[in-house]
Amino acid sequence: MNWFVRTKEKIFSGVRKQIPDGIWQKCPKCGEVIYFKELDKNARVCTKCSYHFRIYSEDYLELLADNGLFAEFNIAISSEDPLKFRIPKRYTDSIQTAKRKTGLNEAVRTAELTIQSIPVVVAAMDFRFIGGSMGSAVGEKIARAADRALKRNIPLIIISASGGARMQEGVLSLMQMAKTSARLSLLAEKGLPYISVLTDPTTGGVSASYAMLGDINIAEPGALIGFAGQRVIKQTIGQDLPNGFQRSEFLLEKGLIDLICDRRQLKSTIYKFLQFNYA
Amino acid sequence: MAKIILDFEKKIYDLEARIGELKTSSELSGYSVDAEVESLSQKLNELIRETFSNLSRWQRVQLARHPDRPYTLDYIQRIITDWVELHGDRQFGDDKSIIGGIGLLDGMGVMIIGHQKGRNVKENMKRNYGMPHPEGYRKALRLMKMAEKLKKPVITIIDTPGAYPGIEAEERGQSEAIARNLLEMSRLRTPVINMVIGEGASGGALGIGIGDRLLMLENTWYSVISPEGCASILLRDASKAKEAAEAMRVTAQDMLELGVADRIIEEPLGGAHRHYDETALRVRQVLSEELKQLTRLSTEELLKRRYKKIAAIGVYSE
Repeated sequence: MNWFVRTKEKIFSGVRKQIPDGIWQKCPKCGEVIYFKELDKNARVCTKCSYHFRIYSEDYLELLADNGLFAEFNIAISSEDPLKFRIPKRYTDSIQTAKRKTGLNEAVRTAELTIQSIPVVVAAMDFRFIGGSMGSAVGEKIARAADRALKRNIPLIIISASGGARMQEGVLSLMQMAKTSARLSLLAEKGLPYISVLTDPTTGGVSASYAMLGDINIAEPGALIGFAGQRVIKQTIGQDLPNGFQRSEFLLEKGLIDLICDRRQLKSTIYKFLQFNYA
Repeated sequence: MAKIILDFEKKIYDLEARIGELKTSSELSGYSVDAEVESLSQKLNELIRETFSNLSRWQRVQLARHPDRPYTLDYIQRIITDWVELHGDRQFGDDKSIIGGIGLLDGMGVMIIGHQKGRNVKENMKRNYGMPHPEGYRKALRLMKMAEKLKKPVITIIDTPGAYPGIEAEERGQSEAIARNLLEMSRLRTPVINMVIGEGASGGALGIGIGDRLLMLENTWYSVISPEGCASILLRDASKAKEAAEAMRVTAQDMLELGVADRIIEEPLGGAHRHYDETALRVRQVLSEELKQLTRLSTEELLKRRYKKIAAIGVYSE
């Protein structure tokens, strides 16, 4: 028999497991455990190491809008299944599941709002909806957001969060890259500013179209941004990728983005650009 | 060079070989086999017709990638006179997987830009298997801008397995280079014809693929991702590419039905890889015809139509 036998209960006997999900959140970077209200107050940026947790379309719109108020438009635009795509499951089922889970109709919200009283059109993509992928509906909503900016003669802001073009709509998804980029050329011709905000992740067909075409490209810290997926690159070149490859800091170093901006300063930074435009 | 034969072409080549043998033996023996050759030739034609009128999507993908298929330079040699290749993006280097240059098509000055694959390993080292780096797209844009300035139409020839996925390509801004081309091509103030002669893989193809008319050779494919890529992501198995090709609907006929392609250029029976000259002749006739129509339009009308065409693509509900 052992000399030392624990007779009392363990100090942490299963207590942690009883904490409901989401009340406390552990920072994947520094390990800090943060109370969710604290995190929300801090734009879901780690209070200790400034790691940026992912936030979603309505969060961004609230973050930018004066008093958190925004007027969404084209809410009803939604994906169809033109290819009758069913590998490995029906595309229509994927859409339904995404709608049910997120309460969204598509992977982007478009809205009008004011930033320190300056009216703008904002399109905020949403990674929760089929990985933020761009199909016909996303392309159309982005294009119409640009149209709205043109009509109102006000700046356009697109916040990207996307794995790329949506495979389930085949070439039609690819062509949304053309549709959205063509629309931006109209903004350019009219002298309207377009600000692109790149968040984690912005890859594939979205990075290879409007996300990289901002008059200024602003990235959140540590966001994955690139053309090809890391697995594909690794397979192609047969070697490991350097640390920090395709992260915001890497893109800044290579001259591909204008600046990296902490989410807590995103609104004030965008405001400075808007102010510059109208000053 | 040894002929590369796809599995569904095997019967055709076997029969051709038999006819060849018969002819040789008849020449040697002096014994006439005309009747037999005649009947076998008829059989051969029927076999080719039958094989090529029932091609599956996957078979067309295979044909589009056929190593004997004519590439961009094979067409240029046959349809362009006074060709001068122009090199470099003026910023970083000269990407040899996208070539560009000037020449005459039926006497009309044109700027030609196209992906270029290699025919063997050595050539493919140079051509990077037709997979461009950012400087390739930037060279293409430089040449398009020159054509715009000199008021010459642009013909882009698409044949790529994709833009190169590598470290340096990312460092130099693969995304930005492609994105910039999409924007600039959508408003280039000169006629632009895009023609797919083989593979149209994703952003790598689209990066030189925006214009007034999209022409596709009969046995080509175009999609948002390669069938292998799609199968590997959605089915966790790249060998199920055949299913992915069916699901994504990638052929020229599909592109026409989806409102993406404007016109299919029929290949001679048996495929472009068996008939370079005849295919090139058809390509020349179609390009010439299309260019004549486009150059008749005013620049404003041209851009209005191009913009409308791009804006109309997509299926959604509201």
